[in-house]
Amino acid sequence: MRTSTRGSRRLMTLAVAAALTTGLLAGCAEDSDDGSSGEGGGNGGGGKTTLTIGTFGVFGYKQAGLYDEYMKLNPDITIKENVTTRTDVYWPKTLTRLQAGSGTDDIQAIEVGNITEAVQTQADKFVDLGKEADKSQWLDWKNAQATTKDGKLIGLGTDIGPMAICYRKDLFEKAGLETDRAKLAEQWKGDWGKYVDLGKDYMKKAPSGTKFVDSASSVYNAALGGEVERYYDKDGNVVWDKSAGVKKAWNVAMEVATSDMSAKLKQFDKPWDQGYANGTFATVACPAWMIGYIQEKSGDAGKGKWDVAAAPTAANWGGSFVGVPTASKNQKEAIKLAKWLTAPEQQAKVFAKQASFPSTPSAYSGLKPATATQAYFSDAPITEIFSASAETIPTQYLGAKDQPIGTAITDIGILQVEQKGKSADEGWDAATAEIKDVLGQ
Amino acid sequence: MTSSKEALAHPASSADAAPGDQPGAAGRAHGRGTPPPGSSSWRSRLYRWDMKASPYAFIAPFFIVFGAFSLIPLLYTAWYSLHNVQLANLDGQTWAGLDNYQNLLSSDFFWNALWNTFTIGVISTVPQLLMAIGLAHLLNYKLRGSTVWRVVMLTPYATSVAAATLVFVLLYSWDGGMINWLLEFVGIDPVNWRESDWGSQFAVSSIVIWRWTGYNALIYLAAMQAIPADLYESAAIDGANRWQQFIHVTIPQLRPTILFTVVVSTIGATQLFGEPLLFGGVSGSKGGSEHQYQTLGLYMYDQGWIIGNLGKASAIAWSMFLILLIVAVIQLLVSRRLRKSQ
Repeated sequence: MRTSTRGSRRLMTLAVAAALTTGLLAGCAEDSDDGSSGEGGGNGGGGKTTLTIGTFGVFGYKQAGLYDEYMKLNPDITIKENVTTRTDVYWPKTLTRLQAGSGTDDIQAIEVGNITEAVQTQADKFVDLGKEADKSQWLDWKNAQATTKDGKLIGLGTDIGPMAICYRKDLFEKAGLETDRAKLAEQWKGDWGKYVDLGKDYMKKAPSGTKFVDSASSVYNAALGGEVERYYDKDGNVVWDKSAGVKKAWNVAMEVATSDMSAKLKQFDKPWDQGYANGTFATVACPAWMIGYIQEKSGDAGKGKWDVAAAPTAANWGGSFVGVPTASKNQKEAIKLAKWLTAPEQQAKVFAKQASFPSTPSAYSGLKPATATQAYFSDAPITEIFSASAETIPTQYLGAKDQPIGTAITDIGILQVEQKGKSADEGWDAATAEIKDVLGQ
Repeated sequence: MTSSKEALAHPASSADAAPGDQPGAAGRAHGRGTPPPGSSSWRSRLYRWDMKASPYAFIAPFFIVFGAFSLIPLLYTAWYSLHNVQLANLDGQTWAGLDNYQNLLSSDFFWNALWNTFTIGVISTVPQLLMAIGLAHLLNYKLRGSTVWRVVMLTPYATSVAAATLVFVLLYSWDGGMINWLLEFVGIDPVNWRESDWGSQFAVSSIVIWRWTGYNALIYLAAMQAIPADLYESAAIDGANRWQQFIHVTIPQLRPTILFTVVVSTIGATQLFGEPLLFGGVSGSKGGSEHQYQTLGLYMYDQGWIIGNLGKASAIAWSMFLILLIVAVIQLLVSRRLRKSQ
């Protein structure tokens, strides 16, 4: 008797506790429901529709005033950008939200390093934009990267990263090298090895405190960016250890790492930024998006000293896509906005502001870099150099783990050789062990 | 009065388990309204429930939140650790049994991370606590503006990890960093702090030491101020100088506090994550090109969120949990020993 009484009491207290807390939680839930429906529920109520766009880093849409322009054209739309600056934070978050089917933005940006993973594993979570947009606007290889085996296009191309070499004309002159961009391009044409050879010449008479290039990894990425075969073959098998492209890029990078021509900086680290400001390296492999970066980090001190020459091979490094998740509540409006943002005219506007290079060839004829940019880079014909590269970039086979494999090679393998004085073989072995860990082998 | 009593009784009886002394009777419609024998009025019954139930209701939110955000994730992680789960395919998990754990035991990276966690833990915790005791002892003297000193002690702790680490990254930068500049000044070759084995661990530890020394010092200070003054007086009468007083009076009296700070610091050291991650800069989760400062926390993050192998990351998480349990047991034994010896 006593026990049953106690039991019933316990049940009662539990019930009270449960009622209390569920009441509290329900209160919260209701609140947030109200909030979001007030924001997004304008579809029926005559209010505004809020479209959210999730990006990482600087996309240039905001900077180029595209959101304001679109909102002016479509008064019933409000655009909100959710920026997560680090890709390695952005992408896992996006993946989990896509799979949960909630919490995604109406438009999600996808980096080129993640696009194959998205195509292979998340295709059903994205709207097929191939049916919505005119695919012929984009470069074929750009479309191919975002297209599934059965022809579904999950993202529209934004910028791409056609390659050039940015170099410090003043330092070249002091080192007694050729400074004319056309002649320089001719000297290293077709082979990154020739570029490295020029580096050896530079080091013979290098101005004190300067090196030829910022890092061996950047040369690796640049050289690999022109290779058809990277870490995967066209059937999606991992072939990084046999890949001709990787071997070529690795060898060039090793030449840089084992000679004295590298400033041994890690890209996107603070000291790298300082290297720009202090002018400690004379060249950098320069995808179009780097143009804006150099201007920002080198500052006024670098104005007119930088120049741009065509890279040894046409190569691509970086670039992004925007996709519309099927979980978006405002799919129709989101598709409209995504199409508008990636249309040639808008891409040209972003280029004018941020020098992010368009993935739509029809924009190329009308491209105008900002006058400040032109002055900064010694009036180099940036547009022509990058367009020429963009149109000859080969279609590359990308794979699901492209990004972590690349990181293993640059940040483990090459870094050990460059900064710890290990041999090339030791570096390769370390990268191998790392990649096996990445692939779970 | 009776009608309101009736009205009150209704919602209560609708809750199935009515709390009378005769739970069986409460269920019957017949029994409603007639108070069970031996029990007093409805009001006093309500009062009794209130006494019994309210405390549970008040503590419930914590346990509900604990369950939702700690217990369920903990168990879910255990479930994940027995599966092959990829970040890009959360629903496509396949049973892997203990594969993930076996994988870890045979992985050089895991043992390396475990060893790093241990070494960084030792070289950050030991000097940190020694310095904290020393500082607390100094602060325990009669000082002018003692509050100012104490607040200053706590400011590093109040600084965010990110801000502090970014400053340290600049200090330790091998090309133009202030520390290498100072070294050069006294004629020592610059050290590549991020890539050298001990240099990087030392650098990470220094961030931890900088952040937590003041915090621990304040805890010690609080304990020191609770030590009765007559102990010092009698020690002084016996001819003990300041140092002898510190060794023979302060330290023994601080024992439980020291044990507490050791426990807390050990837990912190085992979970060390933010400092090495940010110290590494781009791709900091690798903990250097040779993983020379990759802690278990970093390894877990790298496996789970960079590589996307959530099953293995979960196994690492549980291994960390088990390691902490072992550490807790050891510390329990030590503290028992200490208590006995007192």
